[in-house]
Amino acid sequence: MPDHQPFKFYTERRLVALTGLRARNLEELLKEVEQVPGSSIFYHTHHQYLSQHFVKPRFYNEFAQWTGHAVQEWMLAEKLGAIDLLSFTSIRQLREAIRTTIATHLAQDDTRSREAPAGEDFHFCKSKSFVMPTGLVAHNLSDFLDKLPHVTNISLFFHFLEARLRLERKTNDFSQWLSKAGHPGLGATIEALDPYLMTLDELRNEIIRLGQAYIGD
Amino acid sequence: MAATLEDYRDVVGLDVIEELRIVAAHVKHRRLQNINSTSVGGGVAEILTRMVPLLRELGIEASWDVIRGDEAFFQVTKAFHNALHGRVEEITAQMLDHYRATTASNLAQLNLDGDVILVHDPQPAGLILRKREIGRHWIWRCHIDVSTPDPRVWNFLKPYIEEYDAAIFSTPGFAQHLSVPQYMVTPSIDPLSEKNKELEERFIEEVLLKYHLDPDRPLITQISRFDRLKDPLGVIAAYRIARKRYPCQLLLAGGGASDDPEGEIVLREVQEQAASDPDIHVLLLPPFSDLEINALVRASTIVMQKSIKEGFGLTVSEALWKKKPVIGGAVGGIRLQIIDGVTGFLVHSSEGAGQRALQLLADPDMARRMGEDGHQHVKQNFLLTRHVKDYVLVMMALEHPDEDVVHLE
Repeated sequence: MPDHQPFKFYTERRLVALTGLRARNLEELLKEVEQVPGSSIFYHTHHQYLSQHFVKPRFYNEFAQWTGHAVQEWMLAEKLGAIDLLSFTSIRQLREAIRTTIATHLAQDDTRSREAPAGEDFHFCKSKSFVMPTGLVAHNLSDFLDKLPHVTNISLFFHFLEARLRLERKTNDFSQWLSKAGHPGLGATIEALDPYLMTLDELRNEIIRLGQAYIGD
Repeated sequence: MAATLEDYRDVVGLDVIEELRIVAAHVKHRRLQNINSTSVGGGVAEILTRMVPLLRELGIEASWDVIRGDEAFFQVTKAFHNALHGRVEEITAQMLDHYRATTASNLAQLNLDGDVILVHDPQPAGLILRKREIGRHWIWRCHIDVSTPDPRVWNFLKPYIEEYDAAIFSTPGFAQHLSVPQYMVTPSIDPLSEKNKELEERFIEEVLLKYHLDPDRPLITQISRFDRLKDPLGVIAAYRIARKRYPCQLLLAGGGASDDPEGEIVLREVQEQAASDPDIHVLLLPPFSDLEINALVRASTIVMQKSIKEGFGLTVSEALWKKKPVIGGAVGGIRLQIIDGVTGFLVHSSEGAGQRALQLLADPDMARRMGEDGHQHVKQNFLLTRHVKDYVLVMMALEHPDEDVVHLE
């Protein structure tokens, strides 16, 4: 018997859009962070999770990366890098946290911040995403766990990170579906995972492991 | 004969080709008309030659037209090109008039029948004047480095560009203040072209023999025009640092520069510097030497691209694709291709380049690892198939101009 509505796996294709906005120093970064589209804030805090990394980057947050490498303000870089993305359920809140962190730093330090070296300005981008069904559908929990290994990283990214924060669904799509399908405990356990501390491959494996343990109980 | 999707499948994998088909299905049967200013020579023509057949195979009715212009017109657009790259050029009112007149005569001759009209670079940009009459979707694709354009030329072109539905640039650093959407599409290399395809060992050996290169000693290579912005003298200085510890050879190879008087001066300076050292090889290669360039890169131990300014610098991806570690100047698109310490090294000086060359010569395992990772990096990001997909996505974006997240069934 099906557990409720089936779960349809979606995927997305992303095109990088350029805003033409740039920052050469922290004052300019602050000014632009206040006004760029929300999709740009999401892009610079998230798209590194989709890139292939040969070495784990120090910061996935590109505001932090640039503040450290280009402007050499490492203390602020670490503070930006430590902003807990999982603690927000809207881009508005996330933008405010980034804004406050930079503004607080600038208020404490009366010297003007350094200019980034030539060619290392921060360029604000955003993504244009085309969301499409993958054709994969799960009708119940064990079917869901069977299908997960065939789900691509970008599909996982969409359902777990993008749905929660960019689309402001408050939680990830998996947890939401599991709760409605009569598995609120598993939904909550999966919601407690921090996807920002693992690769997407690790995230997939962890969800499968938790799901199998839940069925086994 | 043009390569087919089937041919690319063997290189990029079935999933990449399937992905292309899925995406292209959303714009199937649309007519995509490309317009540029030359059918042969230059990177744009090279890419279109390979890309148009692939788009057609995907069900998009791709075509390619070339505008006409006299010599004076191309002198004007060459001056535009240099000025957009930030060089000081004299631009007269007469030159601007000639650009307008040539645009008008092309508008009278060209059959603009695409559903989407993709105009490449500044030369044909003025064709947008027809949009008010015929509508359609228009895209301006800028292939050049406009990070610090001469404002006079940029301000002349900007009103044209703002009539387009979208503009495409190669890196975020080239983005401009424009009233129309801008997208980033990085350039690509074609893994099946003569410059990049796999070669037989025997052919590589023959090429080494032909150019008197020793196959048993390390070879440091830079493939580029003889242009100050490519810093060939800096490469010689770097080689001299490496040479103190390792009996290596240096190869500086590039095409001719008949339309570039400065190129001849730079070549002479390089030849003078090289004269006293039989292990420095300076090759002025004729056009259509792609197979030999391919062989020379494959025979190299380290490839350099020590540019001081660079639009994108696809020679870096070409070398990485052949699993060579690359030492490159930390400028322009080179920074997207070299992940510092992973696929090669980014440097700021000849001393830096020399030091990194020493490290690579001392540690062949590291050099091999970087080459492998470089190949993967190019496979993920800088192959023609990714480029085709991005153009298809831009076509889709035109049909959904107002949404950041577009839901499709």
